[in-house]
Amino acid sequence: MLSKEEILHIATLARIGVSEQDVEKYQHDLSEILDYFKKLDEVDVTGVEPIGHITGMQNTFRSDEHFDFGELGKEEIMKNVPEVKEGFIKVKSVL
Amino acid sequence: MLHVTCFMIRDLHQKLINKEITSVQLTEQYFDVIEKNDAEIGAYLTLTKKLAMQQAQFVDEKIAKGEEIDLIEGIPCAIKDNICVDGVRTTAASKILDNYIAPYDATVIRKLKECGAVILGKTNLDEFAMGSSTENSAYKITKNPVDTSRVAGGSSGGSVASVAAGQAVWSLGTDTGGSIRQPASFCGVVGLKPTYGRVSRSGAIAMASSLDQIGPIAKRVEDVAIILSRISGQDLLDATSAKSSDKKYEDYLTGDISGKVIGVPKEYVESLEGEIKNIFEKSLEKFRTLGAKIETISLPHSEYALPTYYIIMTSEVSSNLAKFDGIKFGMRSDDNVDSDINENALPKKLLETYLDTRKIGFGDEVKRRIMLGTYALSAGYYDAYYLKAQKVRALIRRDFENAFKTVDFIYSPTAPEVAFKIGEKSADPLKMYLSDIFTITANLAGVPAISFPIGAIATDGKELPVGGQLMGKWFDEEGMLNCAHTYEINTKK
Repeated sequence: MLSKEEILHIATLARIGVSEQDVEKYQHDLSEILDYFKKLDEVDVTGVEPIGHITGMQNTFRSDEHFDFGELGKEEIMKNVPEVKEGFIKVKSVL
Repeated sequence: MLHVTCFMIRDLHQKLINKEITSVQLTEQYFDVIEKNDAEIGAYLTLTKKLAMQQAQFVDEKIAKGEEIDLIEGIPCAIKDNICVDGVRTTAASKILDNYIAPYDATVIRKLKECGAVILGKTNLDEFAMGSSTENSAYKITKNPVDTSRVAGGSSGGSVASVAAGQAVWSLGTDTGGSIRQPASFCGVVGLKPTYGRVSRSGAIAMASSLDQIGPIAKRVEDVAIILSRISGQDLLDATSAKSSDKKYEDYLTGDISGKVIGVPKEYVESLEGEIKNIFEKSLEKFRTLGAKIETISLPHSEYALPTYYIIMTSEVSSNLAKFDGIKFGMRSDDNVDSDINENALPKKLLETYLDTRKIGFGDEVKRRIMLGTYALSAGYYDAYYLKAQKVRALIRRDFENAFKTVDFIYSPTAPEVAFKIGEKSADPLKMYLSDIFTITANLAGVPAISFPIGAIATDGKELPVGGQLMGKWFDEEGMLNCAHTYEINTKK
């Protein structure tokens, strides 16, 4: 079973706020599923290369150019931003 | 006027060019059906009437001028709400995107618009496509049109139900572990997951990037083939997309599968019982009479597919959903409501905004998967979980490579069950995950797969559909579609 401290640590890494109640629920739910994941311990993968791209595609390239959405397009994008100041996305103070 | 909801794409195309009906009339009829039955079914989240009528009028003008139109031109469809349509609200059925208006078209939408498709609206799904029943939508539950006390399946439950309920001729869904095929099986329609890389995902809201594919849903195999021809192809905006082929998949539906070898994995069918087993065996018999050879095969790593899938999927989910932070777009938690998370005073700082926004904005299953994936990727656990899973995945792919040395297709039921009752599994995530047991391997191995109706089980006075699933070799959609098509035309009246 994952400890309360572990759940709080994961929640902070995941940037998800949790209440006391949530912590207990996650302890139960996550532990159950992680136990299920243990099934993979049975499999011997010595010498097996992990999958990168499933059909084996290698690097793909395109020219480093941006798409111009135009003024109208820019407006449409900025409409979705929760807080804007002078045409910029406003970020909360960090400290 | 013609009652149109029973026709297929080719029939409707003929009626449009013969001027038996206009695209505007056709579109209006579909909106009428939606108005009549969607309060009960709950397939749509947003209707795009203005856009649809504009598209329909444009097509009608072309027809009036005697211009040639594409097969799908002027024909109404529905789009899963995790695929961006320019200027249209796109929520992924999450509160965190409640007010998000897509500022561009997904590549598949651009292609469909170029072909003149008429988009009726955006359909419901499990939040961010995470679920197998469409009960995880933050907005509503989509019900199975065959029996509204049962789930439509998921996560593309809205897209599938819209087709099954006659609210759209065809629709687009996304499939990460069976999200097109399992609901198609539950609702008695056809659903296709193409080969990984066949269709660009640019503009689809990513769930697990090494598994996600976009695919079509319709009432007939030919219709999904017609749609696939129009949405596939390489795209600079999706670096994983494969080289284009200019195949018209509908041209490969010869109705002849004599000499083809169909492999039945013993690991899948061993546990089948009851009516599903009978229906499945009858369908095997049918394939035999159509000239195919049936062989029992083994996919020895099948029992590891589900844990492998859930490790890879949740890890990629935790990474893909990091962008929903309340800063750049989407919902943000109220600055003036303090949460009990940090002791900090108002106004909230950056970290508290993240924590609160994601706590409020995401539903339970989404948070559970982000937490799992974060754990699996965290320092000290990466090798044991994600890396290990990607190695087991290589073994699963090897199973398929070996099988396809001797067989052309792999065949099983799509799901080990028929549509279950609403609420029956929602309390137990592990039990819900087992619903995907036959479908996830196609995503892990990257092969194409299709679900199509093979029978029905009478339950509570309803005929609950059962789907069969064919998996094909990488990039052999045409062979697989022809096999399903051949079955269909020899069984459907």
